[in-house]
Amino acid sequence: MQLLARRDATLALIIAALVAAIVWRAPVFASAGNLDTVLNDGAILTIMALAQMHALVTRGVDLSVGAVMALSGMLAALLSRAHPELPALLAMGVAAGSGLLLGAANGALIAGLAMPPIVVTLGTMSVYRGLVFVISGGAWVNAHELGAGFLRFPHERLLGLTWLTWIGVLVVAVCYLSLHHRRAGRELYALGGNPAAARYLGIDVARRELGVYSITGALAGLCGYLWVARYAVAYTETALGFEMQTIAACVIGGVSIRGGRGGVVGCLLGATFLVVLFNALPVIDVSPFWQMAISGATILVAVALNARGERRRSPSGRAGRTSIARGAPTAAAGAKAT
Amino acid sequence: MSPAALSSPAALSLTGIEKRFGGVQALAGVALEIRAGQVLALLGENGAGKSTAVKIMTGVHRPDAGQVRIAGEVAELASPEVARQRGVAAVYQDALSFDDLSVAENLFMGHLITRRSGWAPRRGGWLDWKAMRSRAAAVLQSLEAEIDLDTPLGALSVAQKHRVSIARALTHDARVLILDEPTAALSSREVDDLFRIVRRLAAGGTALLFISHKLDEVFSIADRYTVFRDGRHVVDGLIAEADEASLVRAMVGRAITQVFPKATVEIGAPLLEVRELGNDVEFDGVSFTLNRGEVLGFYGLVGAGRTELMEALFGLTRPTRGEAAIDGRAIGRSPGESIEHGLVLVPEDRQRNGAFAALSIRENVALPSLRRLGRGPFLDEQAEERLARQVVERLAIKHASLSQSLSELSGGNQQKVVIGKWLATDPRVVILDEPTQGIDVGAKAAVHTFIGELVARGVGVILVSSELQEVMGVADRIAVMREGRLVRLIDRPDFDAKVIAASALGAGHESTALGAARGEAALGAGAPHPTEKEDAASRAS
Repeated sequence: MQLLARRDATLALIIAALVAAIVWRAPVFASAGNLDTVLNDGAILTIMALAQMHALVTRGVDLSVGAVMALSGMLAALLSRAHPELPALLAMGVAAGSGLLLGAANGALIAGLAMPPIVVTLGTMSVYRGLVFVISGGAWVNAHELGAGFLRFPHERLLGLTWLTWIGVLVVAVCYLSLHHRRAGRELYALGGNPAAARYLGIDVARRELGVYSITGALAGLCGYLWVARYAVAYTETALGFEMQTIAACVIGGVSIRGGRGGVVGCLLGATFLVVLFNALPVIDVSPFWQMAISGATILVAVALNARGERRRSPSGRAGRTSIARGAPTAAAGAKAT
Repeated sequence: MSPAALSSPAALSLTGIEKRFGGVQALAGVALEIRAGQVLALLGENGAGKSTAVKIMTGVHRPDAGQVRIAGEVAELASPEVARQRGVAAVYQDALSFDDLSVAENLFMGHLITRRSGWAPRRGGWLDWKAMRSRAAAVLQSLEAEIDLDTPLGALSVAQKHRVSIARALTHDARVLILDEPTAALSSREVDDLFRIVRRLAAGGTALLFISHKLDEVFSIADRYTVFRDGRHVVDGLIAEADEASLVRAMVGRAITQVFPKATVEIGAPLLEVRELGNDVEFDGVSFTLNRGEVLGFYGLVGAGRTELMEALFGLTRPTRGEAAIDGRAIGRSPGESIEHGLVLVPEDRQRNGAFAALSIRENVALPSLRRLGRGPFLDEQAEERLARQVVERLAIKHASLSQSLSELSGGNQQKVVIGKWLATDPRVVILDEPTQGIDVGAKAAVHTFIGELVARGVGVILVSSELQEVMGVADRIAVMREGRLVRLIDRPDFDAKVIAASALGAGHESTALGAARGEAALGAGAPHPTEKEDAASRAS
């Protein structure tokens, strides 16, 4: 935990340095309008990165979050098109509720049939994306077809910040409390850190997994509505590939893809870093073609640093590394603890 | 063991070896000689430097000072590759294995035989399966192992895998073979088979180094011994001239007067009652009662169904019939419920089934007690901290801070945290599954003392152990299991090694059972006579 905190501090400093450098090159980045964009983009990525972290911490992954966002967002949009007078909160509830069901279906397959999360969610990713075509007939739902309240809600302001930003803040707070200060959260770390040992603690693994994927689904549904309302369009490719960004934010934030490690603060910082980077690159005139390569390279650097940190901490790390470097089988066996 | 063999030259020797890791002096001048045609036992507590010495002999580590000699010449074992080429091979307890590859592939992994091909003149990429298969067949035959070369390794039993590991060493003409805790996972009959192979290899001129915590095995297989303590060489000599007490003294640096201190505690009212428990596959018709303050030993061969029975009691698996209750309240539906009723299971493979490496010491200790420690809907970190501090102090766990992650502790201290977290739940019944397997004499004594403390507080303890000496030393009653059935319940006054071992093995093996012979010899007062034991061993085989 101490090391995690130190890592968070380092990442915060890097983000601060990055922002300073960007503002120095392009002062427009610090304008109120641009910061608002950063916060609004950041809210959605942060919420989804936190959702993804739930899955990663338990040694799983949810690849279907982008598709759930598209499907739930489309459901909410179709509802709004049919009944433009309905309040935005109802549309949001429908989106989150449908996401919850889609996520619970993932969870049921993973926990009930003991299938690997990566396989299940890879499958449902296609199924859910396909369902967007089915329910929309492949057509877009455009701004003028959506209810005014539906579109306005995320942009309305409270104390100077948009509701979109406030929802992000709320999700961060709830995740922080539930993951770090409640039994259920602690048990997710135990489950991901050592699944075999978790059984001996009486942790109901199936129930926890069902819960995790229900949460990722519900948050994806919520973000589906937010996304559609923010960009004022629902179509079959909404949030296509977004699941990769959520994983990237987690990894940059120090969440281990091998489970059991990672925190809400780090995850928030990881998402912030990515959003700052994505928003800054066009501002400082980096070609869009380079943007993906640069964000990819960042992820590799973060993973390399994580791996180094983890190795340095374990006493057996030294022997382990020697044997891997030499690649000889006897050495690997020799790495057995003294 | 002819006089000529005793004076044979050292196939491999260490002199004045020193090795530091950071601030820790792992080896501070050790020496040993492994001679051709002999078995040298390397003895010492955990942390005495045995494994480091092995790693130096196999080229994994380079010594800071001192010399490694092979057949009298100074050798620079710069890498495991070099060590292997010089004929040094090691077989480890958790044998390196690629479960999805075939036996043949496992045998040659790392030193695959290759050949030239017509259109690829450089030697390198082309595997010569014909050569490998014939070599493998010959080696396996020499080990009396009838194992199909194409079977995936994962399908073999532990004993067969061991055979493959040894065969692997032989496929590259090992002249020095190191066996590191080779018997830990083997049943007594499999141990007999292994020892027969070891004797044959020795007779063929191989130099063997045998590392084991089980002294009775050392007496039955080794010719000579070397004792390490705290990274130093303490003493060496002929096994025939040694006795158990002097070896233990040399290992721990003090005389352990009673290896198994038995706490005398008044046995109270019935606590745990098990009636006709069975699951159709691994165990059936098991009934017993555990009383307050009692240690009930469960003895049996590996595979007798003891671990499976305990897992069902704890609720990890569902029995198909029978019932179990603590104070009349049914248990066994789920681990969570068992813990609430005061039943905890400290599993056999504590690293795998108990350690949460990424979590802190505090979080590890608190995990099973979270329900109790909560403050409303939230966790109470101060209460966790207090609990962890108690455990850490009571078990003398060496640590820098309670928020250190478990992976930063040494292996021994990690084990203590794992055991400690169960104690912190304030249990009424504790099941300990092989709690002393693979740990050294000092740590073992600590575990036994600790069992004494538990029963003194009125806790009922179930001790599952494959070590007859231990069960007989610590238990008030012994339940013997064989093939899934509880075949015998014996009270302490009637403890008899022969009877217990015979019950575990089943009728028909009673006169020839080496298990019985080993148990008896180990229990005999004073020094067991090695030649007698060897006779018993060879009769048994």
